[in-house]
Amino acid sequence: MSMNIMIWTIIGCAIVTWLPRIIPFLFVKHVKLPSIVMKWLSFIPICILSALVVENLLVPGDGITSLNWSVVFAFIPTLLLAIWTKSLSVTVLAGVISMAIIRIYLPV
Amino acid sequence: MNSSVENVQYEQVKHPFLQGIRDCIPTLLGYISIGVAFGIVGSASQLNMIEIALLTILVYAGSAQFIFCALVLSGTPPLVIIFTIFIVNLRHFLMSLSVAPYFTKYSYLRNIGFGSLLTDETFGVAITKLMQTKEMSGRWLDGLNITAYAAWIVSCLGGALLGKWITAPEKWGLDFALIAMFVALLVLQLQSVGKTKLTKNLCLIGIVAILMYIFSYFMPLHLAVILSTIFAAAIGVVMDR
Repeated sequence: MSMNIMIWTIIGCAIVTWLPRIIPFLFVKHVKLPSIVMKWLSFIPICILSALVVENLLVPGDGITSLNWSVVFAFIPTLLLAIWTKSLSVTVLAGVISMAIIRIYLPV
Repeated sequence: MNSSVENVQYEQVKHPFLQGIRDCIPTLLGYISIGVAFGIVGSASQLNMIEIALLTILVYAGSAQFIFCALVLSGTPPLVIIFTIFIVNLRHFLMSLSVAPYFTKYSYLRNIGFGSLLTDETFGVAITKLMQTKEMSGRWLDGLNITAYAAWIVSCLGGALLGKWITAPEKWGLDFALIAMFVALLVLQLQSVGKTKLTKNLCLIGIVAILMYIFSYFMPLHLAVILSTIFAAAIGVVMDR
């Protein structure tokens, strides 16, 4: 890909990323959302965070979705430490270390 | 009037911008490790420094930047790349929508600023804080957002420079930093909604997992994330009746 086309592709990606980020902020200033929508929105954080975790645990394949075992093995100690410490930095550090150990000793 | 209570509140709101910076610090390890990893992957994908910098500054979304590299390497046409990035980042729409109602008193320009710098992580930190305080200052969000943005730019560019020496960042487990951060934010969310709703929320997480698995047979996982979230949150509303 030439440099010129590459830069336009990046700009295109930037625009389609930016619009979904800002449109809700502009929209809710105009429209007061009904309480049922607010209720629905209150469940979005838990649902989207768990969906993002599950996304990484799954590997879609030919006709069957399986588990990404190295991620599952790193996920378990990470989850336990998150529950135990409730600390973002400890969890991230522990997660990276468990993944590094798994990659070294368990070539999945 | 209880002056000690007043003092405590005053302390908390005196420097909301600095407090925002402080609240960003626990997420920095995630930004730095993913950012450095991206810089390395970007330079390994034959992107030059300008392209890596533009992606980092303009797109500012971890997973999308990695996918961009993979698509460029496989010779994907530009419009297909742009459409894929759109789908991958569409989840931000749901995140913005759930944060935005707390900031309606601020100007359009400030709101554009809040939205432009929204990421998975800043959303997670902001929504966790909102669950605890029910109210939030724009200066706090600016402090959080600008710190995260600066850390991301510095680490992506740093990684691009390192890329000349290191070629396989995933060997060091750094790609797992993002997943670990989601796990921690999820646990903090569960904690902040309280014990009484715990069973119901665990139930919702189970529903999300099942939906993700089913959808994975019919669509790419990024799309499954958005649809599973939309449906599971709707089930949450129905369960609350």
